[in-house]
Amino acid sequence: MDKVIVSPSPHLHSPASTDGIMRDVIIALVPALLVSFLFYGWSQLLVLAVSCVSCVGLEWLIARYLFKRPGLFSGTSALVTGILLAMNLPCTTPWWIVFIGALFAIGVVKMSFGGLGQNLFNPAIAGRVFLLVSFPVQMTNWTMPANSFTAVDAVTGSTPLSLIKEGLKSGQSIGDVLSANGMDMSMLLRDIGGSSGEISAIALLVGFCYLLIRRVVKPWIPLSIVLTIALIAGIFHAVDPAHYTGIGFNLLTGGVLLGALFMATDYVTSPMSNWGGVVFGVGIGIIVMMIRYFGSYPEGMSFAILIMNCFVPLINRAFHQKKYGRA
Amino acid sequence: MTNTIIWTVVILTVLGLLLSLVLFWIARKFRVEEDPRIDEIEKTLPGANCGGCGFAGCRAFADAAVKAGNLDANYCPVGGSDVMKKVAAILGCEVSEAAPLVAVVRCNGSCAVRPRTNTYQGAQSCKVKAALYGGDTGCLFGCLGCGDCVAACQFGALSMDAVTGLPVVDESKCTACGKCAAACPKRVIELRAKGPRGMREYVGCINKDKGPVARKACAAACIGCGLCEKTCTHGAITVADNVAYIDASKCKLCRECEAVCPTGAIHGVNFPKELDKEAVKKRIADRKAKAAEAAKAEVKKEESNG
Amino acid sequence: MGKLTFSIGGIHPADSKIARERKIEVLPLPDKVYVSMFQHLGAMAKPVVAVGDKVKAGQIIAEPGGFISAYIHSPVSGTVKSIGPRKDLAGFNQMHIEIAVEGDEWAEGIDLSPELVTDIPEDKAFILDRVKMNGVVGLGGATFPAHVKLCPPPGKTAECLILNGAECEPYLTSDYRILLERTDEIVVGAAIMQKVLGGCRCVIGIEENKPEAIAAARASVAKLGYPNMEVAVLKKRYPQGGEKQLIDAVMHRQVKSGGLPIDVGAVVQNVATSLAVYEAVQKNKPLVTNVLTVTGDCLPVERQHNYLFRIGVPLSFIAEYAGGIPEGAVKIVSGGPMMGKAIANLDATTVKGSSSILYLSGVTERKAESNCIRCGRCADACPMGLEPFLLKSLYAAGDVAALEQNAAQDCIECGCCQYSCPAYIPLLDNIRQAKGQVMAVIRARNAKK
Repeated sequence: MDKVIVSPSPHLHSPASTDGIMRDVIIALVPALLVSFLFYGWSQLLVLAVSCVSCVGLEWLIARYLFKRPGLFSGTSALVTGILLAMNLPCTTPWWIVFIGALFAIGVVKMSFGGLGQNLFNPAIAGRVFLLVSFPVQMTNWTMPANSFTAVDAVTGSTPLSLIKEGLKSGQSIGDVLSANGMDMSMLLRDIGGSSGEISAIALLVGFCYLLIRRVVKPWIPLSIVLTIALIAGIFHAVDPAHYTGIGFNLLTGGVLLGALFMATDYVTSPMSNWGGVVFGVGIGIIVMMIRYFGSYPEGMSFAILIMNCFVPLINRAFHQKKYGRA
Repeated sequence: MTNTIIWTVVILTVLGLLLSLVLFWIARKFRVEEDPRIDEIEKTLPGANCGGCGFAGCRAFADAAVKAGNLDANYCPVGGSDVMKKVAAILGCEVSEAAPLVAVVRCNGSCAVRPRTNTYQGAQSCKVKAALYGGDTGCLFGCLGCGDCVAACQFGALSMDAVTGLPVVDESKCTACGKCAAACPKRVIELRAKGPRGMREYVGCINKDKGPVARKACAAACIGCGLCEKTCTHGAITVADNVAYIDASKCKLCRECEAVCPTGAIHGVNFPKELDKEAVKKRIADRKAKAAEAAKAEVKKEESNG
Repeated sequence: MGKLTFSIGGIHPADSKIARERKIEVLPLPDKVYVSMFQHLGAMAKPVVAVGDKVKAGQIIAEPGGFISAYIHSPVSGTVKSIGPRKDLAGFNQMHIEIAVEGDEWAEGIDLSPELVTDIPEDKAFILDRVKMNGVVGLGGATFPAHVKLCPPPGKTAECLILNGAECEPYLTSDYRILLERTDEIVVGAAIMQKVLGGCRCVIGIEENKPEAIAAARASVAKLGYPNMEVAVLKKRYPQGGEKQLIDAVMHRQVKSGGLPIDVGAVVQNVATSLAVYEAVQKNKPLVTNVLTVTGDCLPVERQHNYLFRIGVPLSFIAEYAGGIPEGAVKIVSGGPMMGKAIANLDATTVKGSSSILYLSGVTERKAESNCIRCGRCADACPMGLEPFLLKSLYAAGDVAALEQNAAQDCIECGCCQYSCPAYIPLLDNIRQAKGQVMAVIRARNAKK
């Protein structure tokens, strides 16, 4: 009897664990990663490797030597941040910029708030935005997708969103911009330049379905983001197709899917209740479209998520679980 | 260009003036009249907001003291008599001297003397553990070792000893605020008089089980044998519910109880010299012999008289 | 009627009912039994025998210590050896009566024959008296005195008697076995309670993973033909057998916070209680026996048993009889794995509410806790719609007012939150304390009024 364990009930635990959840998220990102390798090749792998190694390494160092609490280190969670950060960067990003992004994401955004679960903002997005405002040139130099494993010199250029933005600023209509660059709308939807995570909607959706099946995430946040964007884009495009881009274009460009499916659904920085998630998603959708249509940045997913991250504590206060026996 | 500058300056100046007027009006409208002594007393107090006095914080204490006009019901254990004298001076009243107190851990049940009978797994909280079951040793009364007292202490005066598994009080930091005593679900921690130059005697056990049961659970338990009670010449020790208690106000620090305790449950701290048990025991024996002789002589005297 | 279930939260642990095919065996008598005076909710019972007294099985040895309390009977015939404190399974001292077993002689007036008596007495007061005098308490876990529950307070009427055969806790099979082997008696017991409650509707709720029990209960209800009685199939979902959840599932009504089931016209009794009521009323047999499962994840099926035991037999005797503590068991639990109590002292005795000896292996050890990742699974799982993560942090902050506002007092301690937490945070450990604090505040406030 001397070794018998005594503990309060319950004595059972579900198979769920934090590491298991993070592992599921990593698995869900694999299809999109594979697609990005196919398009961008080794340079993409380099960005991914630098990002992952620095995120995990920095988290370990900070937990071990700054906090002196090795238990705070969560390798899988840092790995998710690393992968998401890499998927948000152009494959041409120099390794040291990737490292700075990881340092900001892990060191400032995540660990300085107390590590896993304590951060207010999504680390990967905050890291990306930090790089975007610090190194605007490198961060908007997108390689056009091609099978880069064979192509020696990839073509670089602007993303379609920024091309259109520039064109609209100089008074052209969308049609003018497209014809000037030798593109049409259908081409946009096929070959979209951008960060690795933005280029394959299908791969992202496949991964997300895996998360849904594993019951890791609920569909409400992505659904409300996508529907809001579709609604706003639909109305504006119907009214003035010459100056406002359409539904499909807005959903498939600028990392909307990556953001909606994998970044906005981050547990830590999204509301807990289903209705809270809907409010959060609608907010993101509105902010994205406001930035795109009326702001000076070509896309706005990262900013929208960061802004709505600020409201999560408030949303959590406003939306509570339906309680038993309290009408 | 100049126009812009002028307009900016004008607008900002006007705005600043308007807002300052609003601020001024609000400050006048919502001003709360407060006794200036409250601020004064609050400044005198240690400012730890520990709640050891029974009020929500130092300001609440000052408020209550000023309202009452005296210090009969208010005492700041952290500041002690020095601070209380100053507070009394501000209020213009007397303060009664209180003996300084210190937190004392009344459990000897270190890992070495109190064998574990099972393993606890669960929230590391004495409260949770105490509510769940009798504890992971045979003793129902002693320290549970999860450190609720350490967490409750705001002055860093408590720490868990990794070897004994018991909390240790750092006397230099302890302010006797009583937070630890309140946090302990087993009521193991007591606030005791610090004693002259910190010297004090206390029973390090509160096990109310009968002697053999207590002894089986812990080798250093008070078994309620009453030897200390019989030995004490000052009437300071009482044994109730199978456990001895030393009344600090009556204790003369002779350390005889400590010497005779069969389980070593009684502790003397801060004495300049190590306790020489044999010498003290001899002293007791001599005294007893003398008393016996005196009694004999008395009997003889009576016999010769009678 | 389709499959019924409650509307908020819930989890789906593996049911692990390994002992379900093991028939009920009668446990032999030990040399000594220890009868606890604290086997029910409410006041402690007061012994009415003295050391040295000869007692017969079924004889009253303790009387209620208050309104909410119960009679206690000797489970064996023999001599009272001692009356005094003894450690219960948590290691706390409780008053026990120690009886040395001599033969097996039953007190007079107890019908031990197995014949089914289906004629229900007309006199309600007689029935209630029998239930009370025979010490029947709720056997679903809370051990609330049955006669108190069967007398709705004035102004309130019972609309539905729900017989709880959900047995939603994994591993436990005692209710399942009695539903199979003592079906008719349970149904008669239900009819008796139905009569006492003024002829209300009666629903026997059984979880869908026990189709044999459902079939047996349906056949028995049809055969015996008591009016207004039906068998409902419940979804397999924990905590389906929770009183409040069961009312929600069967009646689609929710008991208000701080209220009683009778407020919404419901009375919930366990199937084992129904059996005890049957024996008490029809056979005048006191509650001195119950069925207990010896089971666990580290126990091979042939060593798992369902025993009919005398209440007061030491747990260690049962464990020995069933072949000792199995290899690999690190934790022994009395009751189900979700709400049962870990046994710190196997020498403790069985009580009226004992339902199992559960051996759990090392996989059930607590894992190190990590930071909350705000996944919200605890809130999704909570059948009361609470937010365990919030309650835990409010408790850490010591904010009792906010705890009350967020309904910490509504917690039913089912363990769903802690079960589903991926960060292994001991949510319930803390919320239980928080609930205690809020309840104390509420009690103090009510006392002032």
